[in-house]
Amino acid sequence: MNDMTHAIEVENVYKVFGRKSDTALKMLREGHARDAVEEATGAVCAVIDASFRVAEGEIFVIMGLSGSGKSTLVRTLNLIHPPTTGAVRIGGTDITTLSPRRLRELRTSTISMVFQHFGLFPHRTVLQNAEWGLEVAQLPAEQRRVKAMEALELVGLKGWEDSYPGELSGGMQQRVGLARALSTDADILLMDEAFSALDPLIRGEMQEQLVELQQTLKKTIVFITHDLNEAMYLGDRIAVMKDGRIVQIGSAEEILQEPANDYVEAFVQDVDRSRVLTASSVMEEPIATILRREGPKAALRTMRQRQVSALFVVDPGRRLVGVALDDDVMKAVRSGEHSLDPITSSEVPTVTPDTLLADLLVPSAESRLPLPVVDDGKLVGVIPRVTLLAALATGSPNGVADGPADDGLAENGTPPATVPGSPESADAEEVSE
Amino acid sequence: MDLNGLPRVPVGDWVDAGVDWLTDNLTWLFDGVSAFMSALVGWLEAALLFPPALVVVVAFAAIGLLVRSWKFGLFTLASFALIVSMSMWEAAMSTLSLVLVASLITVAIGVPFGILAARNNGFSTFVRPVLDFMQTMPSFVYLIPAIVFFGIGKVPGVVATIVFSMPPAVRLTELGLRQVDKEVVEAGEAFGASPSRILTRIQVPLALPTIMAGVNQVIMLALSMVVIAGIVGAGGLGAMVFRGVTRLDVGLGFEGGLSVVILAIFLDRITSAFGERASKRTSR
Repeated sequence: MNDMTHAIEVENVYKVFGRKSDTALKMLREGHARDAVEEATGAVCAVIDASFRVAEGEIFVIMGLSGSGKSTLVRTLNLIHPPTTGAVRIGGTDITTLSPRRLRELRTSTISMVFQHFGLFPHRTVLQNAEWGLEVAQLPAEQRRVKAMEALELVGLKGWEDSYPGELSGGMQQRVGLARALSTDADILLMDEAFSALDPLIRGEMQEQLVELQQTLKKTIVFITHDLNEAMYLGDRIAVMKDGRIVQIGSAEEILQEPANDYVEAFVQDVDRSRVLTASSVMEEPIATILRREGPKAALRTMRQRQVSALFVVDPGRRLVGVALDDDVMKAVRSGEHSLDPITSSEVPTVTPDTLLADLLVPSAESRLPLPVVDDGKLVGVIPRVTLLAALATGSPNGVADGPADDGLAENGTPPATVPGSPESADAEEVSE
Repeated sequence: MDLNGLPRVPVGDWVDAGVDWLTDNLTWLFDGVSAFMSALVGWLEAALLFPPALVVVVAFAAIGLLVRSWKFGLFTLASFALIVSMSMWEAAMSTLSLVLVASLITVAIGVPFGILAARNNGFSTFVRPVLDFMQTMPSFVYLIPAIVFFGIGKVPGVVATIVFSMPPAVRLTELGLRQVDKEVVEAGEAFGASPSRILTRIQVPLALPTIMAGVNQVIMLALSMVVIAGIVGAGGLGAMVFRGVTRLDVGLGFEGGLSVVILAIFLDRITSAFGERASKRTSR
């Protein structure tokens, strides 16, 4: 992370509302608790000593319950709420020192924003809404139209440009909000609970669309949410806020597995792990493998030694070629075949290390074999079905990784469904003797 | 009179002194304002009375038809024709021009004050009691200094009307602007719009239905005040009603009053139609 350029740097930002903000600030710095300070001064301490950096192209999620200060914090990034003290650097420049005019230019060119309740202009058409930032930037009408139309097309609203926001569904309205933010080509996107007002189905759709868009747009996104599952799904890194303070910053897995305190731990308890943990966190060392050039006889020997009914056939360098099943190997041995190639089936469902556990369930259920985890063609691990089930049940991938290995199941690598296959293995042994 | 031992506070004397000072020192200003207003009212009145009455009646009916519906156009045609045949037409047009000029000036002053009040909490708290005072002070009282400053005639009527009908213009403008969704205003800011652009492109258009309701109130109040102003020689329907009262002529008083009602209905329906149009556009 250190060698990356930081799009946003926030350093010791405080935001205190109210008349006695100076006194409140002093008390906070002396280490008084927020409640005590608010009671003594009548001020509202929305953000207390927030520091973080957001890398270029990163989705940085700020998560917390209502009243945790997250919406205020995101508004300090474009100075809609100027910080009471502290520095906000965008591309290296401390924007708290900018003149109003330069600040407006920055908002027009570099930072755009998407709002929880969309913040659309009801008296302007969808196109005019999308054009807003460009109109502020005083672009000629023709260019405005072209760019706004591009943005609307990007979010899938082509054909709606002459409608009014009130005629659109919630999900579509937020797409207008997104188009308005994208049309200015700003590098930084602030999204304040952008999907929270949408119903769950539409929310999921919008999350997927955002991830998809981000793959091509590579914006720096600061995303505010109170929904942990959303945070874990979208965030490259997540900052957890409580009572105005950031209590932990880390990746989804870090926050799940090493919660910084009881609050975060309680918070993450209900998270759907299958949507956070990835194949790489539960996969095991592949043992049931054989080099392609070794041939059927060697394959049969390996199967017997490792007590498995199938082998992953690999090239040197562990490139996955396919899978060889015990009965095919046996037939090949009987017919005197010297190569594994004719009996190697390349039609194996594979997954990548960053596939979510939730997405492993279907391939795992459909396959008799442990799921091979392939990274760039290379076999990096396998996930037997028991391992996957145990990981989802206990929620502790660490415990699972060695759990099944203890009773030999992992080594066996045979999912329960293949148990009827064991007599065949016995047959194979007979044949080879 | 028994003051229960309290000293007599000469509030009246102070006001008299203030009014004297103003008449002595600001005559040039009052003369200017007077000339401007009487020119404006006179010009509008002349324009309304220049064509034959029936032509103007048809023109008003056309406005009613275009702005609302054919039914309202028909109503306007019939009711304005009634004013003509009650021989109240000249008085009605005189009153109408007085109301329109007074309302125009009221809105021109009141809306900017409302905008200021919406943007500045200090100004808002200062202006609130002043508006309360203006609205609750018996309206006749405004006529006295108005006569002192501007003499007898149309101008004191206009001035008293402006003072009396100002509060809703300021209040409803402030309310309308404050009611604009905070997030929508933030959306304006977040894209780098200047405060004046946010005001003219977002806040005022979205507050327009409420502002128009204010304008409607202003016109209604102006109409009610204009009748009272008839007493001080502002002429028009007010003078007709006043004459009916002093001569105990029920018929004349009723004819004048009915004409006022017809004007009121017309102005109310037309301005509220504009308000409805604005709200249709903003709530879509």
